[in-house]
Formats: sequence, C-alpha cells, structure tokens
Amino acid sequence: MSKFKKKGDGEMPAISTASLPDIVFMLLFFFMVATVMRDNEVFVEQSLPTATQTEKLEKKDRIIYIYAGKPSERYAQTYGTNAALQLGDKISPVSDVQRYILEERTKVNEELIPYLQTSLKVDKNTNVGLISDVKQELREVNALKVNYTTREGKSDDL
Amino acid sequence: MAKRSAPEVNAGSMADIAFLLLIFFLVTTTIATDSGLNRDLPPIDESDTTPPIIKQKNIFTVLINKDEQLLVEDEIMELKDLRAAAIAFLDNNGDGTCTYCKGARDPESSDNPDKAIISLVNDRETNYETYIAVQDELVAAYNVLRNREAQRLFKRDWRGDILAFYNKGTNFKDAEDAFEARAQFKEKYIKPIKDLFPQKLSEAEPKTN
Repeated sequence: MSKFKKKGDGEMPAISTASLPDIVFMLLFFFMVATVMRDNEVFVEQSLPTATQTEKLEKKDRIIYIYAGKPSERYAQTYGTNAALQLGDKISPVSDVQRYILEERTKVNEELIPYLQTSLKVDKNTNVGLISDVKQELREVNALKVNYTTREGKSDDL
Repeated sequence: MAKRSAPEVNAGSMADIAFLLLIFFLVTTTIATDSGLNRDLPPIDESDTTPPIIKQKNIFTVLINKDEQLLVEDEIMELKDLRAAAIAFLDNNGDGTCTYCKGARDPESSDNPDKAIISLVNDRETNYETYIAVQDELVAAYNVLRNREAQRLFKRDWRGDILAFYNKGTNFKDAEDAFEARAQFKEKYIKPIKDLFPQKLSEAEPKTN
C-alpha cells in the first residue's frame, strides 16, 4: 500500500445527480399548484381577440362560460364549418342558451346567483350577429353581466 | 469488522418518476388567462313608457359596417383616431356645468359627461375582432378621462393603482370585516370617479343589410 495515492488519473469525477429529484419535484409542485384542469374539451376554434383595457375575472365558480367560433378541424366533419356555439360539453343552437343558463344557475348557491357572470369566449373570426343573438337570449333570462373574454395585448392595426 | 449498515435504497429512479408526473402536469396545464371587457346588458323593458328624448348632439354614433370600416358621427374614421374623438366628445362640456372638464366647449357636441352617450351600432357580419377593438378604444377613452380625475383627486393611477388594489382580494384580508372594508374603499375611491365620467355605452341591435 503506497502512502501517497496518485492524484487523479485524468478522469473528471462524475457529477452527483442526487439533487435532481429535488429539482424536478420543485418544478412538479409548481405546475401542480398553477394547474387549472380543463373542465371540458372545447370543440371550436379559440383564438381570442386582444384588448388593452381588460379586467380580470375573479371567482371561477361564479362564471358561466359560453364558447363560440368555427368548429376546429377535427370536428369540422361532425359539426360543419359554420360558426357554432358550445354550451358546456356540446355544440348547441342559440335557442338552448336560456336553458343552459338556468341549468347552470341551479348548480350554484342561491345567494350567488345575482353575482353570476357570463364569459363569452369567442373566436376572433366570428360574425357579431351570432353574438348579438346570444346576448339577446341572455337578456331574456336576465343574465346581464357579461364579459367579452380577451387576451391582453395591443390589438393589431386594422 | 465494522457492523453491517442497512443497505441503501436505490433512489436513482426517483427522478424518472418525478419527471413523468411533471410531464403529465405540463401537458394538462392551462394557466388561467381569463380577463376581458366587462359589460352590463340592458334589461328587457316591457313597460310602454316612451324613452326619453335625447338631443342628437349628446349622442356619439359609432357605426361599424361589414367591411370593418368605421363611420363616426357621419364621417369615416380610422380606428386609431377613435379614442381621441371619443375623449373630445365626452370632455366637451357644451353647457358649462362640468367644472372639471377641459374640453373645447363646442355647442354642437355633448352638453356634459353625464348626458353624453356613446352609441355603438354594428352590422351582423362585422368581424368580432373589429368589434372588440372598437369597444376597447371606447372603454379606453373613458379610462383616460377617469385616470385624469383620479390623478387630480387622489394622485393615484386609475387602472394601475385604484382598480388593481380593489380587485386584489388579499388587500383587505387584515381588516376586521373584509367585505365592509372593500365596500368602503369602493365608496371612497371608485364611485366618485365613476360619477364624474359615467360609462354610458349603448349597443343597439345589429343591422342586417
């Protein structure tokens, strides 16, 4: 046994990967906390328009979502290519809006009903006519608080 | 001889498991991006009362046709000029009753901010993107004026300070009655500003032609 060990034989010592799980777990927890699971699959195209003067939608449980837009490519065969409405998890005609809102109202606490807000998530390549019809239906059931949901940002020059 | 130590558990695959979970959450994540323009729809009026007569000069008409062109007060206008035109209209102070207005006092334009109404008329075939862009500009016009008053009265930014503070629920957590504290804040800072420039934005039924 030699007293003096030869120092290194030219090889680099392996980098310890013991802390790798810790790092990955940290990322994992971040995403778990930041995640909002999709409630339902969206069948229509959803490239929202942009606006600068937006206000945040606060309480998730007080919002009823209505989606509108052209059915996305995968569903074009089933639902055609004309702009359509999606209420909950299915494509529906405009005449179903009232029933849908009333149905959603039964799911929340009674005292929250006056605070319910309808979020209109509409693809930017949709005609306003469809949205006007929806708004008319919303007025019929006295769901007057609406939010035109948009992305935040500068709108393109038209 | 040293005594035997317990064999160490191999944790090498821990990273793999964690990665798998991480990727699952990455894929299913949609970080919430929900914000937008709030608007209150007018309730359906079934009574037979005749609507009050509004002077033409107190109405600022914005028409959008199906080719995305704007007609503002019977003149063609570019979108980028709309905000300034709306501000000039709201801030006009034709009858001189508005002490905080700085407008041109044009007798042909609105009497005061309380009477000034912006009417937005669109075609059924108008593109939604244009529609939102126009709404955004009109809301911006109100916000510019409200911000001016917020700076004057409270030395605070309207959207950046006052509204942002109001909307962040945690700001009122320490108060004894958070709900009450929030209502008081609204009464003190938001309501006076909104009363100075009330948002009167009317959306007519779209035209079909």
